[in-house]
Amino acid sequence: MKPDNKRTGASVAMRQVVKAFGENVVLNKLDLDVDPGEVVVIIGPSGSGKTTILRVIMTLERIDEGTIEIDGRHLYHEQKNGVLTPASEKHIRSVRSDISMVFQHFNLFPHMSARENVMLAPMKVKGMTEDEADVQAQELLNKVGLGDKLDHRPSELSGGQKQRVAIARSLAMEPKVMLFDEVTSALDPELVGEVLTVLRELAASGEMTMMMVTHEMGFASEMADRVLMFDRGQILEQGPPDKLFKDPDHERTKTFLRAVLSH
Amino acid sequence: MDDLILNARQYGNLLEGTLVTIQVIVGSFALGTFMAVVMGVARLSDKKWIRQAALVYIEFARGISAIILLFWMAYALPILFGAPSMPPMLAGILALGLNMGAYGAEIVRGAIQAVPKGQTEATIALNMTDRQRLRHVVFPQAVPIILPPYGNLTIEVLKGTALVSLIALNDLARVAQVIRQNNVISDSPVPLAILYLNVLVIYLILAQVIAQLFKVAERRSARRFGST
Repeated sequence: MKPDNKRTGASVAMRQVVKAFGENVVLNKLDLDVDPGEVVVIIGPSGSGKTTILRVIMTLERIDEGTIEIDGRHLYHEQKNGVLTPASEKHIRSVRSDISMVFQHFNLFPHMSARENVMLAPMKVKGMTEDEADVQAQELLNKVGLGDKLDHRPSELSGGQKQRVAIARSLAMEPKVMLFDEVTSALDPELVGEVLTVLRELAASGEMTMMMVTHEMGFASEMADRVLMFDRGQILEQGPPDKLFKDPDHERTKTFLRAVLSH
Repeated sequence: MDDLILNARQYGNLLEGTLVTIQVIVGSFALGTFMAVVMGVARLSDKKWIRQAALVYIEFARGISAIILLFWMAYALPILFGAPSMPPMLAGILALGLNMGAYGAEIVRGAIQAVPKGQTEATIALNMTDRQRLRHVVFPQAVPIILPPYGNLTIEVLKGTALVSLIALNDLARVAQVIRQNNVISDSPVPLAILYLNVLVIYLILAQVIAQLFKVAERRSARRFGST
């Protein structure tokens, strides 16, 4: 899909990751490796825990067991005298600076314009000056096709526009790993395309590792390097989109794909 | 019509009392708002001892009636600690401000909790600190939720300022009281209905000023969200 020498971004390595909500084990000793610059699409029945994979990487949920490494650095652990110990918040924050996430419901800051949404974190977290952040915000909003909406509030934007601002806002932090959680699911059908166009461009650039949970099978088969079928807390099967969509090994995958593709 | 008005000296007294009342409400509002924000945020701290300290403050300052708190500040505390008694203005502001802060803290806490969780998640995805999240994202969105009940609370406290007349502070309520008492020795006593009608109107005007200020603030905060 893209020349490997162009790929940047960070690797993600999950080892024996367990996450349970009460009795409900959502991630059941999950092992997952993602290469730098790889585009991985996660599919699976709802409630299968696929969103939780992204949420534990983003530290929105903390894992119960196992380890996660980003670019070879432990996210939830620190090496102390050669022993792996639970990480301090400071350490987590330092590793987390490589990661960002785009949400199903955008979660834009409603009291700020599109430009201010994109400027806030670079100024506060990365210490950019207002001018630098402004220049960057304009570049990024141009890139997602919203150069003419700089000073619009989220309430004045359509769903597709909001989601593109949210993508620009995450890009402003220059993450090496970007997580996309059903980013087109809350959009009206006619607005899905404009968001997918932006995602397509990001995926093609190979500049970041991308992990996406999506129901857009067309997009997945076109852009993904690898598709993971996730079920009952584990990866049921995985492979390049051609193989997984056309000739899946598991009956459950076939049933799921039939159900998704039939509408 | 002449019967409706008091003489110039009496109006002068009422004006002085009104100014004292304004000082008490402004001071109480400042202290109360400071306490409301600090304690409201502290109630949501992830450190247990901070949460509990805030809870203790809120339960005490809210559970004790303002007048008892006032007498404590004015009379009991100085005796207890052998300190010189504080000026009644300070005692009044402390009592009313601490009382207001307790109610205000619950308003602030509720408003912060009413800001959608997705906002917090977005700040984590942007690697912002808790403090940055509160200051730049959550609190600005809590303000429009805080304002309407906070306006009510402020008017409640305005009415509560009349309590300071009980610790010999010459506020509006006490001035009216003094005029009434002087009636006994006066050649031309004021009809009490007229006296208290004037007092009532002054309190009403003060309450209206507060209500209007909050209305302006609400409109301005709504505009920030582009919803008007």
